[in-house]
Amino acid sequence: MIYSDEGQLKTTYAADMVIFPLAQDRTLFAILMLLAFVGIPALALAGIPPFHADYIFKAILTPFLILSLAALGLNILVGYCGQISLGAGAFMAVGAYAAFNFASRIPELPVLIAILLGGGVAAAVGVCFGVPSLRIKGLYLAVATLAAQFFFDWLFLRVRWFTQDSPSGSVSAPKLNVFGWHADSAVERYLLVLSIIVVLAALAKNLVRSDIGRQWMAVRDMDLAAEIIGIRPVRAKLTAFAVSSFIIGVAGALWAFVNLGSWEPSTFSIDRSLQILFMVIVGGLGSILGCFLGAAFVLLLPIMLDIVPGALGMPLSTDTVSNMTMFLFGALIVFFLVVEPHGLARLWVILKEKLKIWPFPY
Amino acid sequence: MNAPIPRRDIASSTSAPLLSVDNISLAFGGVKAITDVSFDIRKGEIRAIIGPNGAGKTSMLNCINGFYHPQAGSITYKGNKRERMRPHVAAAQGIARTFQNVALFKGMSTLDNILTGRSLKVRRGLLWQAIWFGPALAEQIENRIAVERIIDFLEIESIRKIPVGKLSYGLQKRVELGRALAMEPDLLLLDEPMAGMNTEEKEDMCRFILDANRRLGTTIALIEHDMGVVMDLSDRVVVLEYGRKIADGTPAEVKRNEKVIAAYLGVPH
Repeated sequence: MIYSDEGQLKTTYAADMVIFPLAQDRTLFAILMLLAFVGIPALALAGIPPFHADYIFKAILTPFLILSLAALGLNILVGYCGQISLGAGAFMAVGAYAAFNFASRIPELPVLIAILLGGGVAAAVGVCFGVPSLRIKGLYLAVATLAAQFFFDWLFLRVRWFTQDSPSGSVSAPKLNVFGWHADSAVERYLLVLSIIVVLAALAKNLVRSDIGRQWMAVRDMDLAAEIIGIRPVRAKLTAFAVSSFIIGVAGALWAFVNLGSWEPSTFSIDRSLQILFMVIVGGLGSILGCFLGAAFVLLLPIMLDIVPGALGMPLSTDTVSNMTMFLFGALIVFFLVVEPHGLARLWVILKEKLKIWPFPY
Repeated sequence: MNAPIPRRDIASSTSAPLLSVDNISLAFGGVKAITDVSFDIRKGEIRAIIGPNGAGKTSMLNCINGFYHPQAGSITYKGNKRERMRPHVAAAQGIARTFQNVALFKGMSTLDNILTGRSLKVRRGLLWQAIWFGPALAEQIENRIAVERIIDFLEIESIRKIPVGKLSYGLQKRVELGRALAMEPDLLLLDEPMAGMNTEEKEDMCRFILDANRRLGTTIALIEHDMGVVMDLSDRVVVLEYGRKIADGTPAEVKRNEKVIAAYLGVPH
């Protein structure tokens, strides 16, 4: 009864095409945004636990947001355009090292611009590695993107030009100076990341509900039928690679500049690629919301599981706890994928459908 | 809207052909799918292609919209003899198509499926689409209006936002026709639009095909096995058997043709 479209009639097509057609959804989203932009920083300023410490910003919120962004980028490629990629980590690395080189070789360049340029370079590289997708599909393409992963692992470790002759490939990011605003404290960094992610997520959402998004999905669902209605698979696939790699590249630059500060090539190894792919699969292929849910699941759940035994006063050693966490986490992934193979985002949609007709079953 | 549609006499008209197929041959290795077939499709007509299974009907449509490239012969469309072309180029030149097995985008709603048919009409690029508001939104609404007209025409308002995977087969066929019509094609190729339908659905589909032809002025080439439908709908019929043309003419002429009778019913030995 609370959640229903009763009385909300649309009289224009523009009103029918908004992201949240229901007033209740719009309210919920506004509250969420208010909480993220004002509420949480206010709690931190007021010193209310757990937001009084930097820990929650540095170790939980900022990484969660950045990895959500990376998952969003990968979801455009895998979920919307149907091109499997195991190279997300590589494109993050390209974004990070490109942004680093822009920032350190041209010191006058604002950091934000360097980060976006890093994304741009990642987009160009993504298009190059997307070219095989024009000929090969499915698992074979996955192997081709895996090649990108290993190539960039090697490149940033061995070619000294990219790391500016640092011995182990370890480099440090410049100070975060965004048009005169120094994002030094953990809360400021969180706000910086949050703003970038909200903007990019909105742009991505617009793309997937526009013609280009429909082209991606058409190529994903049936490329031959897409071609007979005038969609060029080449263009659709390569734009998906470009947009996806751009977003992943920006996420990589943010991960390096904001979350880590200094990093080495192994930060963006195959483990990172797989972690992001899991987020996309658990969260829901072809859903923007799913990226955030998936990132929360993969990143936050282990942390929560770690806390539970201690909070319950169970006398367990840290080793046992961390092993149990791994075990439980794996079991939960299996559980959720069996319950809903389309991911957490689909569960959310089903819940909303049920709520709309509640208290009636159908 | 419901005024009776006058029957025209396309067969005896001398209007220039929209598309003509000249001496086409197509082989897959040693298998000859089409051998030396010629026919034309006149502007504004409904042209049926019939024949027993394996006669090369679908291969013929595949040649026309660029999936296959015939080894010999030529296709002239809108007065231009064309070279090898990709299906999306054929689409850009106004050739639309539906498939024998429904080829919809399963993960998308009815509305989105039909909207993909408008893809060629979209002029705003990636950046405008990412911004959404302004000219891109105006263009979206323009295309939405065009699609809503088709939804209205095909009487599928109630399934607008339902994913096509959940629809019945008959409705899926209707959505596929809608997607093809959204392209505003000059030539519409229909591959067995009525296969697997019950009488009621067939009657609806016939009505849509006739309306598309008479009211929207779309030239239609269709493959169909229901002879009643073929004889009633089409202006002219071309008959293929084993990749060769055995008859060409009005339904009445074709019905009397001995070769056609033999192909369909067999000959006494």
